[in-house]
Amino acid sequence: MADKRSYEVVFIVDPGAADDEVMKLSENFQKIITDQGGRIVKTEMMGRRQLAYEINHKREGSYILLEVEGSGAEIAELERRMRVNDRVLRYMTIRVDDARQRADKLKDRRARKAARRPASGKQKAANAETEFEGRAA
Amino acid sequence: MSTNYDDRDSGFGLEREYERAGMGGRGPRRMQRRKICRFCIDKVDLIDFKDVKLLQSYVPERGKILPRRISGVCAAHQRMLAEAIKRARNIALLPYAAD
Repeated sequence: MADKRSYEVVFIVDPGAADDEVMKLSENFQKIITDQGGRIVKTEMMGRRQLAYEINHKREGSYILLEVEGSGAEIAELERRMRVNDRVLRYMTIRVDDARQRADKLKDRRARKAARRPASGKQKAANAETEFEGRAA
Repeated sequence: MSTNYDDRDSGFGLEREYERAGMGGRGPRRMQRRKICRFCIDKVDLIDFKDVKLLQSYVPERGKILPRRISGVCAAHQRMLAEAIKRARNIALLPYAAD
């Protein structure tokens, strides 16, 4: 595996910040990523929501999700910036590529298993299930 | 240790079975239907820590992770679930402990 990694970065912004301030902050962080050679795959404003527990005496905050692709260096820089920014209550970075890979593998294995054993009793039930899923989707 | 899991609000109706298991301390134990893993049925490969609604159904009132002996989740999915719940706790989507 080369140096292409995917991350999800979630951070919580102080509830005192107005929407445009949150937006600006998010744009700043995105710029840090791109400056360092990373790529923004997705950004999502998850909006203001209640915190499950108090952080810095705040009970709510604005959640923002960034999906980043890169080498990891830009994540280090981003986290450094977020640590010193007192508007950011909390941040968390999660590497997602390995988990997704595992999920794909599981899906693969399931598909192969289904193909290998045609129409035994159990299999019929499984087929019915997938058919049902297809209809639902 | 008696932990009470009855007060959680989960959508998968295991409460009744669980209560039945606890009924009548002595005498022959009532046979229980084997609980099946909901994630296996739905063919879930990845449990997202942002899916608070889903996670909440595996976190009873107290904020602890529901043991799989009660929810019937399979080992593999319980691992994913626990990981997701812990991540959600980290960013205050779920409580570490609720009063």
